[in-house]
Amino acid sequence: MTDSRPVLTMTGISKSFPGVRALHDVHFRLFPGEVHALMGENGAGKSTLIKVLTGVYDTDGGTVTLGGTEVSFAGPMQATGAGVSTVYQEVNLCTNLSVAENIFIGREPRRLGAVRWGEMRRRARALLSRLDLDLDVSAPLGSYSLAIQQMVAIARAIDVQARVLILDEPTSSLDADEVAQLFRIMRQLRDEGIAILFVTHFLDQVYAIADRITVLRNGQLVGEYPTAELPQLTLVEKMIGKELDILEGIDEQPKRDVAALEKGTPLVAVSDLGRSGAVEPFSLAIHAGEVVGLAGLLGSGRTEVARLLFGADRADRGEIAMDGQPTGLSTPARAIERGIGFCSENRRAEGIVAELSVRENMLLAMQAARGWLRPIPRRRQDELVEKYITALQIRPADPEAPVRNLSGGNQQKVLLARWLITEPRLLILDEPTRGIDIGAKTELQKLVAQLSDGGMAVLFISAELEEVLRLSHKVVVMRDRRMVAHLANDDSLDADRVMQTIASGSHREEVNR
Amino acid sequence: MTDTRSRYRAVTGHQLFWPVAVLVVMLAANTIYRPGFLSVEVNNGHLYGTPIDILRLSAPLILVALGMTVVISTGGIDLSVGSMVAISGATACLYISEQPDQNSLPAVLTGLAMGLGIALVLGAWNGVLVAVIGIQPIIATLILMVAGRGLAQLITEGQIITINSGPYRAIGLGHVLTLPLAILIALAAALLVAAFTRWTALGMIIESVGGNAEASRLAGIRSGRVVFLAYVLSAVCAAVAGFMITANVSSADGNAAGLWVELDAILAVVIGGTALAGGRFHLSGTILGALIIQTLTTSVYAMNISPQTALLFKAVVVIAVCLIQAPAFRARITRQRRAAPTSPPTPAREKEEVPA
Repeated sequence: MTDSRPVLTMTGISKSFPGVRALHDVHFRLFPGEVHALMGENGAGKSTLIKVLTGVYDTDGGTVTLGGTEVSFAGPMQATGAGVSTVYQEVNLCTNLSVAENIFIGREPRRLGAVRWGEMRRRARALLSRLDLDLDVSAPLGSYSLAIQQMVAIARAIDVQARVLILDEPTSSLDADEVAQLFRIMRQLRDEGIAILFVTHFLDQVYAIADRITVLRNGQLVGEYPTAELPQLTLVEKMIGKELDILEGIDEQPKRDVAALEKGTPLVAVSDLGRSGAVEPFSLAIHAGEVVGLAGLLGSGRTEVARLLFGADRADRGEIAMDGQPTGLSTPARAIERGIGFCSENRRAEGIVAELSVRENMLLAMQAARGWLRPIPRRRQDELVEKYITALQIRPADPEAPVRNLSGGNQQKVLLARWLITEPRLLILDEPTRGIDIGAKTELQKLVAQLSDGGMAVLFISAELEEVLRLSHKVVVMRDRRMVAHLANDDSLDADRVMQTIASGSHREEVNR
Repeated sequence: MTDTRSRYRAVTGHQLFWPVAVLVVMLAANTIYRPGFLSVEVNNGHLYGTPIDILRLSAPLILVALGMTVVISTGGIDLSVGSMVAISGATACLYISEQPDQNSLPAVLTGLAMGLGIALVLGAWNGVLVAVIGIQPIIATLILMVAGRGLAQLITEGQIITINSGPYRAIGLGHVLTLPLAILIALAAALLVAAFTRWTALGMIIESVGGNAEASRLAGIRSGRVVFLAYVLSAVCAAVAGFMITANVSSADGNAAGLWVELDAILAVVIGGTALAGGRFHLSGTILGALIIQTLTTSVYAMNISPQTALLFKAVVVIAVCLIQAPAFRARITRQRRAAPTSPPTPAREKEEVPA
């Protein structure tokens, strides 16, 4: 492979945003027929580098060479036309259009100006079958899961005769089978000579598929390495740029004095709560200071449970009691009044308000609870924001930066701060560590443990079983929109057993409530 | 070098840079065309001159646009402000015209209160349609835009109500401290709206709802109340503008008063830098936008452009203003300018086509 010439070279790339130096003198090259992983922590500049490459952003300096010619794309469409296709971190498709329309939007097969719908559907089906997907291409994209939507985005990207395929965290919402399926496609495309730039936070995936790794840190290039010559531990060190002492905390088990915790009235007791079409009726008790893990596959109803508890969706049956008193949680505002916070998994659509500042985003929930007539005094605002920017190490540490200028992981921290500021009694975290780097992930896990030690109840939803097991006192398993098991997290519980429960939905497991 | 460059960027990147620049260019163009354009003289202790006229005439538009800014910031729009102008103006004028002494201050104040009262009711109607029932704002306010003209006609019984009331006329034509009262009222309204939105958390909550409605709901914001308030505020602003417009001519015409003012107001908001999609709003930008539109109207008359071509001329200028303000358009221009000198051998455009 070393004998071939790079299809893509980026030299001396620099890019700044107001208050943020996102990239500084970064070099990057990509050979045909390789999978090249771009690694780095949140805010290291991965997404920015990709957006510079595809013409979403102008550069402040540096050159991009594609196939020996210097290029400067005015936008993603032009980049796509030149053979550089991108699948972004969060699906950028129109959920109200059909699958086929999404694949061919902007370049529909036409005859005399009229769209050839039959031809379009036929080609869409052919393309999807190449990815082993059997979908109704006339159905609206929104009727499929996020994972399928991601695959459709990839189908769209590879259909345009790509020479360079950029996958920006394509696996963050996929389950193991779907990841395997994606990797099969990636290998197939690689063998066809396509250069693949792969961004992910999952180290295992990097070692499973990447031929070469480039590491960025704080907007600067750390180095480029063949995967085989870079042990996993070294990679992590290069990414976070310090010794791994902060990772040691990972294996500290939280105290699991479940018996003591479960004495007394539960903070939240749910009986037979359900919503038709979303989740079957379930019962659940969460005590103060308890971390309840919610495990299950994508689409198993985890998020739906969270939304019912928070009043984001209205339950059509069942009851919720807090401190033993029946209570209606019909709207998020009511739930917040009663001390519940909810960090949505869908950061962009349901979390941040992109054009508002970090400060405003952090204070939103607290301000909403106070009502608009009682603004938070400016000094108090600054104190709170300063405190959480420091505590959560939010970068850039500028309260007035628009939150859209922050990287995904930092946006996640801002959202977390929004809820911590309200000092909730029950904090629901839906995939809080998705798409954030190891350092931040560890910090976040530590924080959850600390909060629960301090008496906060946490409902922790994650696709990563180890994370759930590490943090939770109790693991609740979802399967096919039904709560199938409550498992006490004692020594006998391990990932295998949870996995089996997820797989079999066995009712033989102790269903203790 | 980078220091001056970043300072240059800080200035040109400021929200108000382009509106101010456009206004300055317009005034300069007028001055070149007619050197006396900017001259202001004192007469009877009042200031007179074209700039003062522009300020005075722009006052109603500033008022309407202020309310419109807040509504647009929530992600909505209020098409009914023109009708609201006519209704409130007609209500006030009708009451005053029926009084034995039209110059009595209590009578005028009662008339104004009635005009404001009906605007509150109609604003609440818009608010309920949008915030409670959930009708799309453009449709919900279209109802009152059309029906409101009928309502105004009903109030005036199809006639033009003329009044002869000194205190009422002062709203449009009076002077205080050498300045037209109208512009002072508009300015006071702007300060009130600014205080109402920025000293409370209303502004931030409105921007949040307009920026991302679902995220705001999940953060516990009861957006209904906020959106409702925005439409009421817009109606009240329009009502005061209605008083001014009818006071200017001492008569209320249900058909003509405030006709198409909603479009000018929307334009002023957009020129001022508030996105039609909602989110961040800029009251000072809106005021500049309204001044730009009024300056343009005045220039058209001052330059003796025939009425037939005046609207077309206005349209061309407005398009130019909007283009200059669009970052994408500016980027395209500067990119072409920058690309040309850096690659003398091959034109930039060819280079971009090579990879295909």
